[in-house]
Amino acid sequence: MNYVPDPPQHTAPDAVRADGLTVVRGSRTVLRRLSFTVARGRITGLLGPSGCGKSTLMRSIVATQANVSGTLDVLGRPAGHPTLRSRIGYVTQAPSVYDDLTVRQNLDYFASVLDPGRAKADRRDDVRRVLGDVDLTTHADALAGNLSGGQRSRVSLAVALLGTPELLVLDEPTVGLDPVLRRDLWNLFHALVAERGVTLLVSSHVMDEAERCHRLLLMRDGRILAGGTSGPEAGGDTPDALRARTGTDTVEAAFLRLVDQAAAADAERTEETTR
Amino acid sequence: MSTTSPAAPAPTGAFSAARTTATAARVLRQLRHDPRTIALMILVPCLMLVLLRYVFDASPRTFDNIGASLLGIFPLITMFLVTSIATLRERTSGTLERLLAMPLGKADLIAGYALAFGAVAVVQSALATGLALWGLGLDVTGSAWLLLLVALLDALLGTALGLFVSAFAASEFQAVQFMPAVIFPQLLLCGLFTPRSDMHPALEAVSDVLPMSYAVDGMNEILHHTDMTATFVRDVLIVAGCAVLVLALGAATLRRRTA
Repeated sequence: MNYVPDPPQHTAPDAVRADGLTVVRGSRTVLRRLSFTVARGRITGLLGPSGCGKSTLMRSIVATQANVSGTLDVLGRPAGHPTLRSRIGYVTQAPSVYDDLTVRQNLDYFASVLDPGRAKADRRDDVRRVLGDVDLTTHADALAGNLSGGQRSRVSLAVALLGTPELLVLDEPTVGLDPVLRRDLWNLFHALVAERGVTLLVSSHVMDEAERCHRLLLMRDGRILAGGTSGPEAGGDTPDALRARTGTDTVEAAFLRLVDQAAAADAERTEETTR
Repeated sequence: MSTTSPAAPAPTGAFSAARTTATAARVLRQLRHDPRTIALMILVPCLMLVLLRYVFDASPRTFDNIGASLLGIFPLITMFLVTSIATLRERTSGTLERLLAMPLGKADLIAGYALAFGAVAVVQSALATGLALWGLGLDVTGSAWLLLLVALLDALLGTALGLFVSAFAASEFQAVQFMPAVIFPQLLLCGLFTPRSDMHPALEAVSDVLPMSYAVDGMNEILHHTDMTATFVRDVLIVAGCAVLVLALGAATLRRRTA
């Protein structure tokens, strides 16, 4: 296919725009009044310790999360709009594929759900393409349940690549993968941005992956530490800017500094209230 | 619809025949990778009928009564079990969340399951009915086609009930326990063991609102009458109506957004 390189991104509207995004699960407020944007045609890394609300944030964007309040626009429409369902590719943390189907049968089914009107030959080409993208062509006829954990998560990723998604929401896509595969996947992510103008939101708790993102949103305990629209780093910090701003050498060090600052501020606040 | 997208995606309506048949084909394909389940679904009812035939070796009349009722009850129980486990797996494996984040209508999913398991039920019922009528000498006054029709509706009802209760089960252990909870009371009260009119009035009233009672009534109508009686038509409509109602309830338990 002939993809023309995308025009400069700074004029394009944001892929995701959140304002006062709050999510309540049971009696717990998981996300507290988040405001942020995700730039179109960029890889935005969503980083933070496990349990900080990354998955909930992603589920809100793909509209599988209940009890969401505030404003959340995705690709120019309110999150959950029916036309968004074929424009967003979503990969959950645990691979969500049918273990009792082969890799190809899984992809065939999801491809026909995505666009049943497409010619069979087109769908077959699409399946072949995504199999190549995730390097599973040789395993196409293996049962998904017989694959290794890393292979199954790549099948799950391949499903999200079917069709022409404009936004990919990937929840920890590289967990459990060896270094070679991780590098290959990051190369794939960059190729998707460069060749197809796709926007990626990728969560991770591995900080060295942050260096491979264009923009970063750092989360802790249901809040955004860096990258929110309220700060100077609207639309996400670049890794360089983040390091420079915090005076650190690595994103990991920057994150730890921000966490310590936030914890200190929290402690001060509780001290004041108890006084 | 959006005007900017060059390759306009297929509409995300409430129901799409193509997505429904794709879903049914997928469910059958999953089953095909599990030949043991297929064998159990198809053969166990036949074996039970053979067993029953020789349990009542001395009284063929009793075999006629119970055998005809069981032809309606087997598909209901099998489909209930298979559907509740299959949809529970869909919920717990994350594939349901993925499908509902994609342009799949809830009706597509439910109709797809009903279609796939309905097809299995046709095979199961045809074999069991054929075996009972021609292999075991089950003496039925009415048409074998009507027996098959009721069996199919019962299977649909079982699928619907299974789909519905799977929403309330958090694990396969719980799903299996719903079998005694949902099916056994109906089994006891449906008139299989003793005519419903002989029960305590309170129990008879309860049995009047349980769908399996009408499934068994319908089978008995075919057993004793050559043509379709008004009671038979009523029974069939009630079973079909219950199946549709419970399917709709099942659809309501599918949520695109979950906590």
